[in-house]
Amino acid sequence: MSKSVPAAFAVVALAALLSSTACSNATVKAAVKAEKDRKSAPEFALKDANGQTVHIADYKGKVVLLDFWATWCGPCKVEIPWFMEFEQQFKDKGFAVLGVSMDEDGWSVVKPYLVEMKVNYRIVLGNDQVGELYGGVESLPTTFLIDRQGKIASIHIGLSRGKEDFKNDIVHLLDAPRAGARVPSRGALAFFTSPE
Amino acid sequence: MLAFLLAAPWHSLQAQNNGVLTIAAPERLSIKRGATGEVRLKAELRPGFHTNSNTPADEFLIPLKLTWSKEPLETEQITYPKPQLEKLEFSANPVSIFSGTFEILTRFKAPASLNPGPAMLNGKLRYQACNNKECLPPRTVDVRVTLDIQ
Repeated sequence: MSKSVPAAFAVVALAALLSSTACSNATVKAAVKAEKDRKSAPEFALKDANGQTVHIADYKGKVVLLDFWATWCGPCKVEIPWFMEFEQQFKDKGFAVLGVSMDEDGWSVVKPYLVEMKVNYRIVLGNDQVGELYGGVESLPTTFLIDRQGKIASIHIGLSRGKEDFKNDIVHLLDAPRAGARVPSRGALAFFTSPE
Repeated sequence: MLAFLLAAPWHSLQAQNNGVLTIAAPERLSIKRGATGEVRLKAELRPGFHTNSNTPADEFLIPLKLTWSKEPLETEQITYPKPQLEKLEFSANPVSIFSGTFEILTRFKAPASLNPGPAMLNGKLRYQACNNKECLPPRTVDVRVTLDIQ
């Protein structure tokens, strides 16, 4: 119960932020919040393309770019190559991209897309419950930057003006003092092998 | 009472509205047994938003699609409007879309074996909408046409 109350506040705060910006025509540029204002990223357990369960807590100690996207989302397709570049550029500095596909049709549509786009970071299959946990993710793309302590540092809704918007935030978070790290040991390229 | 009567037509136009796409309630169709008739489905998208057309170029995009129940009328032909080919902020190539106000025309045939009288025809419109920056999840909305079978 004591854990659920702060979690509920986090969800309400996220919902308020998302509802105030969803469906707008303007790109949201979310600057990194001050550490004291950050809320914990809600926990989830989702399967990746290889059937392995992924928890957001697995990434504690890393800066995580958590991208809610879908194969039918044109703006998402613009951002994915940026995220692949970030994965490649920053993976050795304690950074990881985690994509949450919101495709209702599941891996049958997602896997061919990952192959076509040559996605080099881990993808999990999302659902409405996880969308709700993260404040009611309605419009795509919606991207969260999570700091090394597992707290949400910024939220980007909609197609950003450019990859520098993300890059600046990532560098800022990577440069922040490290806390105790507990990171997955496998390389990013091992997260997705080949479609079944 | 007067206010209610005045408000009724407006409400009928708001029959299906998820905030982005509004579908006007189709007009009642009077159709003779053995004959054909047409239904126009009028849809309006919020300014700035579009849906994929019924024939999007990219295999991963979700086409707009209208489907009707198999009874009581037989669907002979569904005619979608001519799509717009637009270069959007997020697309390298022109995208086949519908925007603004558009109509989908369906021609039905009433089987000669039908019983005369009132009936209801049910359909579903599936679409997926975006603006230049964001996309909304695909939606399926119910469409109902009141029939007068003669």
